[in-house]
Amino acid sequence: MDQPPSSVKLLGSWADSHTHRVQLALKLKGLEFEYQEEDFINPSPALLLHNPVYKKVPALLHGGRSIVESVVILQYIDETWTDNPIMPADPFERAVTRFWCHFTDDKLAPAVGLVFSSSGEGQKAAVDQVHENLKLLERELKDGAFKGRRFFGGDKIGLLDIVLGCGSYWLAVFEEVMEVKLIDPESFPVFHAWLRDFEEQQEVKETIPAIDRLLEYARGIRQMMLSLSNSSSSSSINNAAASSG
Amino acid sequence: MADQPKEVKLYGHGFSGYCTMVNSALKLKGVAFEYVEEDLQNKSEALLRLNPVYKKVPVLVVDGEPIAESLVILQYIDDVWKNPPLLPEDPYQRAKVRFWADYVYQKLVPPVYRIRTSEGDARKKAEEEFRANLITLEDGVREELWSAGGSFINGEKPGLLDVIMGSCHTGLKYLEDVAGVKLVEKDRTPLLCSCMEAFVELDVVKGP
Repeated sequence: MDQPPSSVKLLGSWADSHTHRVQLALKLKGLEFEYQEEDFINPSPALLLHNPVYKKVPALLHGGRSIVESVVILQYIDETWTDNPIMPADPFERAVTRFWCHFTDDKLAPAVGLVFSSSGEGQKAAVDQVHENLKLLERELKDGAFKGRRFFGGDKIGLLDIVLGCGSYWLAVFEEVMEVKLIDPESFPVFHAWLRDFEEQQEVKETIPAIDRLLEYARGIRQMMLSLSNSSSSSSINNAAASSG
Repeated sequence: MADQPKEVKLYGHGFSGYCTMVNSALKLKGVAFEYVEEDLQNKSEALLRLNPVYKKVPVLVVDGEPIAESLVILQYIDDVWKNPPLLPEDPYQRAKVRFWADYVYQKLVPPVYRIRTSEGDARKKAEEEFRANLITLEDGVREELWSAGGSFINGEKPGLLDVIMGSCHTGLKYLEDVAGVKLVEKDRTPLLCSCMEAFVELDVVKGP
C-alpha cells in the first residue's frame, strides 16, 4: 500500500556514502524530502535523539518516526513506497542482493577505508585486500549471479547498485590522493564499466558530490591523519575517515 | 501461488549458533531439509565451492542454489515459506526488527569473540561491553517492539529476533561456564532471558 509522501526528512552528511545511498533511493522513488546537514564529529541533538545507539548519519525521519542504518532505511523506503521497486521480487534474487550488500559493508568498504587510513606495508596489504574483494565482484558480474546484466538490479538501478555505487567513488578519489591503483579497467573491466554507467545516471549525478570536492575533502582528512599520527593521537580522525568510507 | 516443493539442504555445524538459527527457522516453518554436518577443521569441497566468499557455515542450498550468511538466509526462509511469519507486516516494525537483528551481529558478536580469544584486562573489557550492549538490546526491543503478551519479543510465537537470540542461548551458557563469568543477568535483561529460555523449550528446537 502506498503512503502519501508526507513529512520525510533526512539527517545526513554531504560526504557520507551512506547518506548518498538514502538520497539516491528517495530520488529514484520520486520522493520529496527535507535535508538537514549534520557534522558527524558534532552530532546535533536531533541526531542523538533519533539515533541514540550509533549517533551517526543517515537517519530517516518519516511521520515523526526514525529509521537508521542505511540498508535498513533502503528496505523501509522500498516497502513503504512500492512504485519503482529497488529490491527484486524473487526471494533468491533478494537473498543474492542482501548477501552482496553485506559483503560490501563487511569486507569491501573496510578494506577501502584501510587504504585511506594506513601507509607503507599496511597500506599495501589493504590495497591487495581491495583487489581480492573486487575480483569476487568482477567474477559475479562476469560469470555468476549478475552475468549479462547492465546493473546489479537488471536493466534499472536496484538496491545493490545503490549500496555498492554510493561509496565506489572513493576508489577513484583514493587512487588519486594515495597514489595507489585500486580499480584499473584492465583488471576489473566489467565492474569498471558498471561503475561508469552507474555514475552517468541522472539521479546519481544529482546525488554524488563533484569529484573535486571529494578530492579536496579526502586530501584534507589525509593531511590531518598524517600530522596527528605523527603526534600519535588520531582516533577521531580515523572515525571521520571510517564514517565517510 | 502454490508452494513448489523445493530440495533443501543445510550445511552446518552443531556448535554454531548461526547454524542453529537457520536449523530452527526451517523447523519452525515445517520445511523438510537434509542436514550435512561439516567438520570445520577439514571443510568439505562442497562447502568451499558453495560459499567461496566466506567459506563458512551455515550455507542453505535450495534446488542447487546456495545462500550464505545467516541473516540473509533467515530472511530468505521468511520470504519463501510464509507461515508462521518471522517478520512483522508493517514496514516500520520490519525496519525495527532488522535494525536490532543487525545490532546483534554488530554489537554482541564481536565482544563474544574477544571474550573467547583474549585474556586479562582485554577480556574483562569485552565482558563489560557485552553486558552493556545486551542491556541496550533489551531496552531497545522492549521499547520499540515488545507488546506485553507471550514469552517472546514477537509475542506468543517466536519471530526473527527470538530465533536469533534463542539460538545463541546454549553458546552463551557454555561461554559463561568456560569463562567463569555471568554474561546474561535475568534482572537486567528479563525479556531477552524469557525469549531465550522459551525458545530452547520449543518442541521444534528440542526435537531431533
